[in-house]
Amino acid sequence: MATATTTITTTSVDARFDTKWLVIAACVALTLYLGIVPLAFLVWQSFFTPQSAAKAAQFTFGNYQEAYGSSDTWLLFWNSLKFATGASLIAFALGTTLAWMNERTNTPAKQLFFALSIVPLIIPGILFTVAWILLGSPKIGLINLALQKVFDTDAVFINVYSLGGMIWVDGLHYSPMAFLLMTAAFRAMDPALEESAVMSGASVLEVVSRITLPLVWPAIFATLLILFVRAIESFEVPALLGLPVGIQVFTSAIYQAVHRYPSQVGLASAYAVTLLIITSVGVYFQSRLSTRGSKYATMTGKGFRPRLIDLGPWRYVAIAIFLAYFLLIVVLPLAVLVWSSLQKFYAVPSMEALSRLTLEPYRTILDHPSLMRSVWNSLLLAIGSATLIMLVTSVICWIVVKTRLPGRWILDNIASLPMVYPGIVLGLAIMILYLYLPLGVYGTIWIMLIAYVTRFMPYGLRYNTTSMLQIHKELEESAAMSGASWTITFRRIILPLLKPGLVAGWIYIVIVSIRELSTSILLYSPGNEVMSILIWELWENGQYVELSALGVMFIFALFVLVMVAQWVGRRFGIREA
Amino acid sequence: MLSVKDLCTQYFDERGKIVRAAQDISFEVPPGKLFTLLGPSGCGKTTTLRSIAGLERPQSGEITVGGRVIYSSANGVFIPPNRRGLGMVFQSYAIWPHMSVFENAAFPLRVRKKKPKDIAERVTRVLNVVALDELADREATKLSGGQQQRLALARALVMEPALLLLDEPLSNLDAKLRERMRFELKRLQRDLGITTVYVTHDQSEALALSHAIAVMNGGRIEQLGSPREVYERPRNQFVADFIGTTNFVAGDVGGSDSEAGFYRIRSELGELKARAVEALGAGEKVVLSIRPEDIELSEARPQGANVYQGTVDQKVFLGEAVDFQVRVGSRAVQSRAHPSLRTPVGQPIYVRIDPEKCVALKATGDWARPT
Repeated sequence: MATATTTITTTSVDARFDTKWLVIAACVALTLYLGIVPLAFLVWQSFFTPQSAAKAAQFTFGNYQEAYGSSDTWLLFWNSLKFATGASLIAFALGTTLAWMNERTNTPAKQLFFALSIVPLIIPGILFTVAWILLGSPKIGLINLALQKVFDTDAVFINVYSLGGMIWVDGLHYSPMAFLLMTAAFRAMDPALEESAVMSGASVLEVVSRITLPLVWPAIFATLLILFVRAIESFEVPALLGLPVGIQVFTSAIYQAVHRYPSQVGLASAYAVTLLIITSVGVYFQSRLSTRGSKYATMTGKGFRPRLIDLGPWRYVAIAIFLAYFLLIVVLPLAVLVWSSLQKFYAVPSMEALSRLTLEPYRTILDHPSLMRSVWNSLLLAIGSATLIMLVTSVICWIVVKTRLPGRWILDNIASLPMVYPGIVLGLAIMILYLYLPLGVYGTIWIMLIAYVTRFMPYGLRYNTTSMLQIHKELEESAAMSGASWTITFRRIILPLLKPGLVAGWIYIVIVSIRELSTSILLYSPGNEVMSILIWELWENGQYVELSALGVMFIFALFVLVMVAQWVGRRFGIREA
Repeated sequence: MLSVKDLCTQYFDERGKIVRAAQDISFEVPPGKLFTLLGPSGCGKTTTLRSIAGLERPQSGEITVGGRVIYSSANGVFIPPNRRGLGMVFQSYAIWPHMSVFENAAFPLRVRKKKPKDIAERVTRVLNVVALDELADREATKLSGGQQQRLALARALVMEPALLLLDEPLSNLDAKLRERMRFELKRLQRDLGITTVYVTHDQSEALALSHAIAVMNGGRIEQLGSPREVYERPRNQFVADFIGTTNFVAGDVGGSDSEAGFYRIRSELGELKARAVEALGAGEKVVLSIRPEDIELSEARPQGANVYQGTVDQKVFLGEAVDFQVRVGSRAVQSRAHPSLRTPVGQPIYVRIDPEKCVALKATGDWARPT
């Protein structure tokens, strides 16, 4: 290499159009549109009378008057509160106990505990609820029948068609989430803090009450808030268990208001706005707690191994508790679905029914006219939305993390905004928006793509942010110094380095999209069904055995997908969030 | 080759306060020379370098490289970094972990859409220069710190840039390796004759490598000169203290000496003859800067000016030298002597300070020596 010479010829002012701005502007515009417009439209709509051919929509407080004037609404509000509080407390109690047993005690067979982390991903809410109906319905519920046989009585032991039953099923369904959140909380705590209390002469009880609890308190409260928000948003349990016996909560009330004839969209919007306010407050306080919680964050960065509490003989009690829990959350629901999928008509297990095992439901469901179409639609939507979300949020995330653009935090918040939309509220908002906007997406599969992209955008952002924060800014700057434009830098440097987050986020979004029900339920139209909608329709038609067959295959497919996700996660060194 | 005129760069910190990172920076770097921006952290040296690179947008000023204006506030010119064609080595090396050694070095050529044959040839040549040719196919993450540093250098050199920018390239290496790379870098720069701007906070690095040094503090250049100039003739207390170790002795001017440029100073040590870089008036407060190695110790009374008697307070054996602390009157001064001098603690000793090496600086109230 001889003396370096100038290789540049241009000296003029740079005025070339840059594709950088085109890409950034498109992503920002899309994010703002998806994040704000449906919400704004929903709020606006809740102040108008229904539009008809004869009469234009008029401004009114009528929807809110109707919603809050009737005592039914207060009952609705009260029911929702009881349901969400109960379910979140059950989930929390179960999850915390398990997390504590796993993280801080010498309970045997710990490998099993982490099987729990994948349960919520592979058993969709609707299948879990259906399974629990087969287990806990007063007439055909297997648990009732078994107990009746044992005690030789006609008494109904459990009834899932009740507020208590709803709370139980929903709480059980969200308990693995509580387990994961509390595990993280226990792990973030340096056991040296507890050990120094022990060294100061404190007993186990004193350590728990005076050191452990005060330290994990922000995490406890944040977990409770998340669980409350999730429970008040949940749709499957209230719809399948509550509606048949007339117990309404906000989500099921919105569904009914839309499906009544004539449909009362204004009323549904008023309910939706109320629900949205509740979830927003919950998410707001939860995020406040998380930021404030960093004061308590005691992560040392060192790989520490906590001293485990020796339970002595109690550890067999602990493992028994765990096995009982595992039975309730995985084994029984799966077993009952498998059993039902092998019957021609649903029958409770007996020697006679055993002799009539058949694969008939599998044949029927595979021949079902909408099956292939809904599988195809589900895959298309899942892959489409996952890809779109990961690419768009990678640009958004770059702006938020890597630039000093004023107002970038607003963009971050708007992209995270859909986190507060309950699924059914988002479905309603998007339904109303595209009923009014003549874009021709209403009644097509595109409306569902828009809904999925909106709903899962925050997840994409979160995965990308985790990865983006690990990319040193000099890696980008050295590309610029090497002569690469922004577009080339983004494609050749940023995206490859983001890969761990991109891949993990992509798979996660594929999984949650495939199971999506509460948003799709208001947006699908005949011909555009997805898998979860097909299950819903089978339930409505009373085709329980076919539903079970489909459910078993569905769970198996999700299981494979989750295993692939975990393998990829290990390979790229990313932990499941 | 490189000319920076009246450069001012400022930015807003997290609380929205203006940080004046570089102010009125002007300097010229002739072709083939290595120019160092030296100063403590936060002095504006990195901001200045990043302004030259185009990674930072200055407020005002003008930067030209080889006659080409790459930034000028007057004419509204700002060439983005990717079209400036400069080579840069970052503090973290910024080696892309998803590419091989070869691909890292080839990237600047790939984005310039060179022919694959040319790329292979030029990358091989540049990897050869930094002695990484045998590791071309290795994953970049499998390289050691020193190898990564050389790869970063290869990547900066592969497009034969007009100007090479080095941002503390040796600071992440361990002490032994840093010393070796210092020689390596100097040899490479001299062999290739590439004009280089070097940023460091390590004064010995700056002294060892540079043709010229700009000592920076608080966003401004305090002194600009050759390594010997800034070391032997510091313009002010900051430069004297930042470069090397020095004894500051307070005093005031008694009057001019018969020899031009020298003054009689009444100091804590007694009256002595000292050199000044600027004219001083009688009675003016000054601070004398005397390097430890310029304080000669001896057991027998030496001849000449500036000789005082003191006692040995303390001594530290360093192997190649011994650091003495000698009390002269009320004042202790530090002196570096050859290990053969073995005067025990508490014994009298003679101190001689060469007037040539005793620099009188105007005392400035605003700069206090950090202790």
